[in-house]
Amino acid sequence: MRPEPAFEAPWHAQVFALTVHLNEQGHFTWTDWAARFGATLKRNGATAELNGGEDYFSAWLDTLEALLRDLGTAETAEIATLTEAWRQAYLSTPHGAPVTLD
Amino acid sequence: MPHDAHDHDDAHALLPSDPALRVKALETLLTEKGLIDPEALDEIIDTYENKIGPKNGAHVVARAWSDPVFKAALLADADPVLAEMGYYGRQGEHMVVVENTDTLHNMVVCTLCSCYPWPLLGIPPGWYKSDAYRARAVREPRKVLAEFGVTLPAETSVRVWDSTAEVRYLVLPRRPEGSEGLEEAALQDLVSRDSMIGCGLARTP
Repeated sequence: MRPEPAFEAPWHAQVFALTVHLNEQGHFTWTDWAARFGATLKRNGATAELNGGEDYFSAWLDTLEALLRDLGTAETAEIATLTEAWRQAYLSTPHGAPVTLD
Repeated sequence: MPHDAHDHDDAHALLPSDPALRVKALETLLTEKGLIDPEALDEIIDTYENKIGPKNGAHVVARAWSDPVFKAALLADADPVLAEMGYYGRQGEHMVVVENTDTLHNMVVCTLCSCYPWPLLGIPPGWYKSDAYRARAVREPRKVLAEFGVTLPAETSVRVWDSTAEVRYLVLPRRPEGSEGLEEAALQDLVSRDSMIGCGLARTP
């Protein structure tokens, strides 16, 4: 029997690693992270029962974006612009070719 | 939708979900700003996907079952003992090992978010992160245990430990009957992940 994968989707692993790395680089403490993440989960859980899967990492990503905004590290507009740039890159790259930002 | 637009959709690279694109955007931005090292991200992912998992915790449990001196040191102050085995928290968190006995059953939860002994158990399973478990483990632990197939004698009390960013708990399950004389390596196979969260028992050989 294969063990369950640690992460259900690649982006779950990526946002997890990004957060651990930023913490290890000293951008924030893990205590601060846990308090903020707990608050996001509580807020999201007030409107829907969280199942600990995709919704868990969505909350994780929301928390990280808000934290980086508060730290002045990444502005909302910068993230939105780059998100759209990546979307366009996928839409304009032929299937099978590597997707890169210009 | 015109037919040619549909054909066009099929021709381009598969579009990732919105959150996946947002994560890529963050990675790009932080890399451009020189704040992150993409290779370090790969290393972290590889570590948690391939190197760290419940077998680390099982190693600790099997040794505690086999070596009373080790067990006493582990229960008294786990951090230095675990560090010597190469297991330590990257976020500087403390590890506390709690022992199950015939009168006490320990169970671990994180009511705040999902704090978990990563170095010993890896990434927590989905149910550990769910609202249902986080809320009910404290409120009705026996009912939750029953759903995991664990029924304890009435005289066994249940203690629930709430993890935090600073303190993570590992349950030392009871050594199963019939495991006398087994070597450490064989004992490790009896230690399930759930038994170290306190939501299961060690397997009988």
